[in-house]
Amino acid sequence: MRLFLLAAAVFALPVTALAQEADAPLELPPVVMSTEHPGEVAVEPYDRSNAHAGATPFEGTAMLEAFHGVEGIGRVVDAMIDLSIEDPRIAGTFVSHDMVRLRRVLKEQFAYILGAPVDYSGRDMATSHRDIGLQAADMGALVENLQIAMDREGVDFRAQNRFLAKLAPMKDDVVTR
Amino acid sequence: MRHCQSIGVVASLIVATLAGPASAQMFDWVPESRAGGKLLLTGGVSTIEGSGGGGLATWAVTSGYGAEDGIGGNVHATYVNLPDYELRSWGAAASFWDRVEVSVARQEFDTGATGALLGLGSGFTFTQDIVGVKVKVLGDAVYDQDSWLPQVAVGVQHKSNDQGAIIAAVGGRDDEGTEVYVAATKLFLAQSLLVSGAVRWTDANQTGLLGFGGDRNDDVEPQFEGSVGYLLNRNLVVGAEYRTKPDNLGFAGEDDWFDVYAAYALNRHLSVTAAWVDLGSIATFEDQRGLYLSLQVGF
Repeated sequence: MRLFLLAAAVFALPVTALAQEADAPLELPPVVMSTEHPGEVAVEPYDRSNAHAGATPFEGTAMLEAFHGVEGIGRVVDAMIDLSIEDPRIAGTFVSHDMVRLRRVLKEQFAYILGAPVDYSGRDMATSHRDIGLQAADMGALVENLQIAMDREGVDFRAQNRFLAKLAPMKDDVVTR
Repeated sequence: MRHCQSIGVVASLIVATLAGPASAQMFDWVPESRAGGKLLLTGGVSTIEGSGGGGLATWAVTSGYGAEDGIGGNVHATYVNLPDYELRSWGAAASFWDRVEVSVARQEFDTGATGALLGLGSGFTFTQDIVGVKVKVLGDAVYDQDSWLPQVAVGVQHKSNDQGAIIAAVGGRDDEGTEVYVAATKLFLAQSLLVSGAVRWTDANQTGLLGFGGDRNDDVEPQFEGSVGYLLNRNLVVGAEYRTKPDNLGFAGEDDWFDVYAAYALNRHLSVTAAWVDLGSIATFEDQRGLYLSLQVGF
């Protein structure tokens, strides 16, 4: 997911004000909210495709059932993010990030891969992670949080691993340094 | 011997202390470096020869939990209780950037009361020191789930045994040897299955505990060591291993090794491996089967 400037702009203001010696007034791009998705910041238009999910979906309904359907997937994603934004190893990644949008597109992505009749509307993995600068250990930490979240949802361990096997190759696009 | 054991204990304590938050700070002076990026158990456990693997068999993974941007390390202590012998091993391994692993290990093969029957004296002990280096050459055992390609590593281990005179007396040709191996390890995550194989070019008798080369054969030959492991949960893997060995000494036949194991990682800093090992015939004493217990502390 792309870095959004909303929070960065809010945090940057007082610092810049203190350091302001030049007369040039600070120009910040206006924050425009999305009309399509309430609560999200509007993003530049881009092509949408399920191929951007970065993995082919499972066939059949076994995996979807193992995750307790789209609702279960939603709980897994929320728990994973709740853990991650409190995780000192990777919490910084999510600062100034549009978390409303992140939760939505991750739920779409997971549901699409797990075989739910859901389309993924987010960006592809390479584009969405290009500017974040993640290390391999960051991805490892996120996977651990995902495992904890799946455990809490009661997802069978073998089903967890089948799902993780779909996500693992994304490392090439996710880890950029 | 007691001296060495106390060194092992002290080393364990030092690493246990460093393994906490300090290990993260330790690397602050190395730009963009950090500890603990790998998932639980994906560095394997310590083999009796000090390198990362399954216990008896060496894997292509680097020991410890450092990912591409980090350093991992651990110390281990292993005890194998056999009907007529005891094998103790302890050592340390450090891995850099998930690329290079350096390991040291000391093994004590204690003949106990059997030593008197062998004419060596009760409690006679062969001590072997092992220094090893392993380099990952390609692949990623864990993350490359879209390909069949395993993680491949090459390694070298230099072993030196302190009982050259006895080794020569039983027909062994050398009290030290250098082994080269190639290991390939793959986690088939969708099947929760780990498979690993290695070929080791060696002339070691009982992995060097009885020296190198012998009156029957003095050539370095490829030997196979393989592991399978099934992941039961994030913390626990169970599996089996097989290791072929040369049969160089005329005075006593040597068998392949086999074990079934369970490795449990309490967390990233502590893991316990228990196994039932079948080491076959050792120095004319048959059916050396028993319990293998190993403790690993690290980060």
